[in-house]
Amino acid sequence: MPDGFSAGDTAFVLISAALVMVMTPGLAFFYGGMVRAKSTLNMLAMSFLSLGIVSVLWVLYGYSLSFGPDAGAGLIGNLDFLGMRGIGLNDLTGSIPVTAFSAFQLMFAIITPALISGAIADRAKFAAWGLFVALWVTIVYFPVAHWVFFVDGGNGGWLGDRNGVIDFAGGTAVHINAGVAGLALCLVLGKRVGFKKDPMRPHSLPLVMLGSGLLWFGWFGFNAGSALAANGVAAMAVVNTQVATAAALVGWLIFEKLKHGAFTTLGAASGAVAGLVAITPACGSVSPLGAVAIGLIAGAVCAAAVSLKYRFGFDDSLDVVGVHAVGGAIGSLLIGLFATGGVGQTAKGLFYGGGLDQLGKQAMGVAVVAVYSFVLSWLLAKAIDKTVGFRVAEDVEVAGIDQAEHAESAYDFSAVGAGLARALLAPAASAPATAEPVATRTAEKAAEKTEVDA
Amino acid sequence: MKLITAVIKPYRLDEVKAALQSFGVHGLTVTEASGYGRQRGHTEVYRGAEYTVDLVPKIRIEVLVEDDDADELINVLVKAARTGKIGDGKVWSIPVDTAVRVRTGERGPDAL
Repeated sequence: MPDGFSAGDTAFVLISAALVMVMTPGLAFFYGGMVRAKSTLNMLAMSFLSLGIVSVLWVLYGYSLSFGPDAGAGLIGNLDFLGMRGIGLNDLTGSIPVTAFSAFQLMFAIITPALISGAIADRAKFAAWGLFVALWVTIVYFPVAHWVFFVDGGNGGWLGDRNGVIDFAGGTAVHINAGVAGLALCLVLGKRVGFKKDPMRPHSLPLVMLGSGLLWFGWFGFNAGSALAANGVAAMAVVNTQVATAAALVGWLIFEKLKHGAFTTLGAASGAVAGLVAITPACGSVSPLGAVAIGLIAGAVCAAAVSLKYRFGFDDSLDVVGVHAVGGAIGSLLIGLFATGGVGQTAKGLFYGGGLDQLGKQAMGVAVVAVYSFVLSWLLAKAIDKTVGFRVAEDVEVAGIDQAEHAESAYDFSAVGAGLARALLAPAASAPATAEPVATRTAEKAAEKTEVDA
Repeated sequence: MKLITAVIKPYRLDEVKAALQSFGVHGLTVTEASGYGRQRGHTEVYRGAEYTVDLVPKIRIEVLVEDDDADELINVLVKAARTGKIGDGKVWSIPVDTAVRVRTGERGPDAL
């Protein structure tokens, strides 16, 4: 291997890539448990579709647009690496092979659109979603990743490399980007049938806990791997990720107990994710104490932010805006206060004698990505809605999207269902005379149940 | 004959079953049921959104007895099912015309 190659760094980044990959199935379960039983599979499938589509596009042109040599003004990469051509086994990014870096960054490109899907749970046509993912990563994610992550000695991406916006592992490029796109998408698609009227409680909190646990686990790869080396910055990122997440979990629970009277498991899971989101941009520039502060603030503020959808009447089904857009913005902005200047970056925040300079840069980064993502996502969703249609028919939505879009159902309730159906169809024939009152009652109950279900 | 129907808290089933057995009841029917009384279920909170869950799980017990035993059996049943908290349930009885043991064809009190 060429000079500068590090086997340790490469092993670490390859493992980190695998850890980040598992976040997408983790997210699928996190979201899948939060929807009703009748549309669980669709929720899982939306994340898995992102794994499929984005991986292919990444090799075709995604890597080149994101990390190819700058095509001008730090706005987008050129097409030198189309189809990953010209990248040899011995080519390095820092101390690791370009292919290892590419694999790691691919996982970010996969999970970002998957995050958006939570905003439009239960009601999107699967094909339209696939189309959206393909177009969105092309015109939104790949350019923004270039702005934020592409480093080329001051000639790289215009936000990160040229203007000093700090985003260690994707607070702007991933979370604000996805959160704001989620807002745009749920505005275009509209509210679920029965929003604010019918109970739409999560059908499986254990799945939610499993999913958030997988996210937390994978996030060590997401954040520490972003150091692109097995070094002190990566180690600090691990510590910061852990303590910020822990603090946010506690922060959310305290807010909930004070406001709603109970410590909920969904709150614990949501708080953890909010903390992970908030520490993502900051984990390479703050101290562990700063990470605790960021976590506590993110936990409490995101817990408050998820009620915004009821106040403003937009149906962000699984709180992509409240958790990812708000959490990402909190983490990005707090860098301007808590950056120590001694962890991975030299920029100092307000509390460490750096003045307001960095806070201003962070605010610009947040605003630019939010506006760009919102406008393009809205236009894209609108275009898809006007052409192929983005939303399923109302009867499909009410019956559960799994049956219509996937010809499957997540759970088999047929033992009960078959019994009820028999009782409904032939109560007299199938039941002996003495048991008739019971059979009739069963049939009535079945009839009532059917009405309720309908 | 009377049909005694009781809707009770699920976790009182064993108590009630034991009490009925010691009273001399030979058979009973148990079904899972759901419903609510005056307490109207309970409230659950998901990310701050409150949902009222009206229908709570219950057990429904049905016993056929002779007229003379009905009152006392109801007392025994109520005593065994009672916890003193809301949602303990309800017991009622209705007259029954006929009962037949399917295996033998016996009718009336002989069938119990």
